[in-house]
Order: sequence, then C-alpha cells, then structure tokens
Amino acid sequence: MTDILEVSGLSFAYPNGHAVLDDLDLRLASGERVALLGPNGAGKTTLALHLNGIHRADAGSIRVAGIELDDDTLTEIRRRVGMVFQDADDQLFMPTVAEDVGFGPANLGLSGAERDARVAEALSMVGAEGFGPRSPHHLSGGEKRRIALATVLAMRPDLVVMDEPTSGLDPAGRRELSDLLAGLDHAQLLITHDLPFALEVCPRSVIVSQGRVVADGVTAELLADTELLAAHRLELPFGFDPSFLTGRSAA
Amino acid sequence: MGAGHTHDLHVPGDSIVHRTAPEAKLVAAFVFVLAVAVTPRREVWAFAGYAVLAVVWVVASGIGPRRTITRLAVILPFITFAFFLPFIGGGDTTDVAGFELSTEGLWGTWNVLTKAVLGATTSIVLASTTPVPEIVRGLERLRMPRLVTGIISFMFRYLGVITAELGRMRTAMIARGHDPRWLWQAKPIASSAGAMFVRSYERGERVHAAMLARGFRGTMPTFDDRRAEPTDWLRAALIPALAVSLALGGLLT
Repeated sequence: MTDILEVSGLSFAYPNGHAVLDDLDLRLASGERVALLGPNGAGKTTLALHLNGIHRADAGSIRVAGIELDDDTLTEIRRRVGMVFQDADDQLFMPTVAEDVGFGPANLGLSGAERDARVAEALSMVGAEGFGPRSPHHLSGGEKRRIALATVLAMRPDLVVMDEPTSGLDPAGRRELSDLLAGLDHAQLLITHDLPFALEVCPRSVIVSQGRVVADGVTAELLADTELLAAHRLELPFGFDPSFLTGRSAA
Repeated sequence: MGAGHTHDLHVPGDSIVHRTAPEAKLVAAFVFVLAVAVTPRREVWAFAGYAVLAVVWVVASGIGPRRTITRLAVILPFITFAFFLPFIGGGDTTDVAGFELSTEGLWGTWNVLTKAVLGATTSIVLASTTPVPEIVRGLERLRMPRLVTGIISFMFRYLGVITAELGRMRTAMIARGHDPRWLWQAKPIASSAGAMFVRSYERGERVHAAMLARGFRGTMPTFDDRRAEPTDWLRAALIPALAVSLALGGLLT
C-alpha cells in the first residue's frame, strides 16, 4: 500500500511560545483507519489543523498523496484532506444542507448539474438522501455529524480527519457512525477519547503525548497495555472487560 | 432544537404568492411600502385602497387572518408613542369623548398607525411565503453585494445557536441563585453579554477555519442560477402597480 499521508519532523508552537507539536512523525497508508489517541492538550487537534494547512508548521513537512503542503498546493491538499470538526454547528454554516454539502465542490469550481451530482453522491454515502432542502439547524446531533461528514466526502478526499466524532452522540448515533465509517473506503484519522470506539473502527492506533507520537500499533494491543495507557492519562471505561482485548489482539 | 423554530416565520404552502420568485416578491413589497409611505395622510380613500390590496395579498397567500393579526402584534411597542400625539400635539383641537385633542396629533396617530400596519402586513406576507434562504437568494439576484447577503445568511444560521447558548448561560445563572428582578441585579446580565460576545467571536473563528478547510478563498459561491420568469414579474407587479396609481392619485389631488 502507498502512503497517503507522510508527516515528518512536524513542530509547532503557538505565538505565546507554548510548544504543541514537537518533531512529530506519522504515516498513513491509503484506505487505512487509524485512531489518534492522547490526553487533553496532547496536540491532537493542532496536528489535525496542520493536515490541511489551517495551521502552518514551524518545522517539518506534510505530504498528502506524495504532494508536499505549501502555498501552491494548499487548494489541492484541502481537497484531498477532509476535516470534520468537533462541533458540527461550526461546520454547517450554510442555510440548507444541500448548499452546505455543495460548498466544498463549489470552491473547487464545480457548478450546476455536476455539483448537484456530487451533493447527491455525498448525501447517499452517509444515508441522508432527501436531506438537501432542510436547514442544518433543525437536525439532530447524529444527523448533523453525518451531514458534516458528507460536506467533506463531496470533495472526494483521499483522507478524512474527524475530531472527536462521537462527542455528544447517543449510543445509537454512535453505532450508526461506526458502521458508516467502517463502510467507507477512504483513509481515516479519527481523533478520539472514546477508546472502545477506536477499537471498534480502527485496526491501528497512535498515541500522541506532549506533541510526540509515543506509541503506534494494533489498537487492541495498545489498549491492553495498562501501564502505557496510565502513563498518558488514557483509561478504558468502567466495566470494560480487558479479556475482550486479548481475544481481539490474538485474532 | 426548539429554539431554531422561533425565528422561522415561513408558513409552508403552495399558494400563488408562495410560487412567485423571491426577487419579484421583494421588489413588489418594496414598491408597495414605498407607495404607502409617500401617500399624504389625509387621502383616506387611498389608504382604504391599500387596505383592500393588503387583504387581497393575505388571502391569496393563504396564511390566514388570525396568523396575520397575531404577527401584527410585533409592531405594538413601536406605535405606542403614536397614541400620545393627540395629547401633546399643538394647534386646533377637536372634542373626542369629552377630551380636547389636537387635530394635528390625531392625524399623526392615523398616519403612523395605518402606514405601520400596511408595512408590517407586507413583510408578514413576504416572510410567511418565502423561506429565509430564498429571500437571501432573491437579494443576490437583485445584485445585492455577496458580502451583505453572506452576513444576512450567517446571522440567520447562527441566531438560533447563539440564542440557545444565551439560554444555557441564563439557566446556569438561575441554577446558582441569580434572580434578575431588580435593576441593580443587572450586572451579571451585562457581563454575560461580554461573555456571549467572546464566545460568538470564537465561534466565528472556528467557522472560518471550517470554511478554509473546504477550500474557501474569500468569495461565497452562488448556488442558484435560476432567474424570475416574466410571469413572476407580471404576477408580482399587479398589486404594487395598483398601489402606485393610488399613491399618484393621492399626490396629485
């Protein structure tokens, strides 16, 4: 498999001097689903914002499908990396669902029937056919999350990055989302605190702490390593059966 | 999610007014209100004509008289002052039920009242038959700058979100014993307005990041290339054309 994402030596500090990313390396193969785990403040969201050039690195490089991120490739990288933000209300800003899903394709220069086809395609991928004329404000949390995903799928990205995709979802909404993500062919980087969700959806996980990758491996194995989890303020939910993990990692 | 419905004035329907293109309706409403505004107040017959036209509009839109009257209540706070005019106006006086009232003042009240009611009815018909995104699209087709229509549509989109946030802040204050009943308790309200400003600003930054992430380069894309048909304009022109002839009649007599 070819690498769809290559991050090497990425460092970033906020203007106040606070260093968030420190010489971070990360690779993702095309079609791979990877969970990005780590405590609050580890730099997960900051990393995500670098992947399509919202933040620009102080040092290091990012390549998407072999294309180096710089001023000239920014538009192309933003098409290839679809960012789904944590609060769907930040992502859905147009008056109707159809216009929101069409916003990205319109910025890519598509119009008319071609754009409408993209919107229909993306809505059907998330099981939201017929949502087009509705106002994003009147959707439920789970529906908003799915439409937010559709807004980036409409740009036909190579890599989908989701920030806390399960936050605020009820158990049914969470299960619908995991089914949906597992059914997509796109490479996915899912930033989450929801360890069972990571286990369910992502065969591989990466733990980021203090701006660096501290562990990278099979999700079930990482989650079975209680010392590793404890060292980075990660915890499995109460009542979660660890033997379930050993069974999964052996399989 | 209920908060989102409070600013949604649109009444779904399939009336002739609903089916007319939004830009034609916008121009019709504007011309009608303009005709009413320039009509001299003593031309009572012209106002009777306008009232008939407004009633025709309401009936044709199928939004119902009760809903129209309920929504008209929003103008009450704005016209209350007009009822003081007969008491404070100078000049000749007229005896009304034992009160010596200023004739000039009475005409003033009549002027404000009729024009406000006719203007508000027009906007009620417009808002009830046209969803906000359509109104924005109509304004765009009337060549309003994309920046302005962008601001309007963002305001509409986030009004509910921000109102809900304000509601949660209020609930949090009440839950900790705040009871804003007296003026000197207004301080927390003022500081929460500051907090709301900061929160809205931060949301603005996040929305902007989300727009950039999807390739936004400073211009809002257009989503509708359809234009109003000649039949739309003809249909919409009927009532404002009659109103303009009434206004001209009033101005020339």
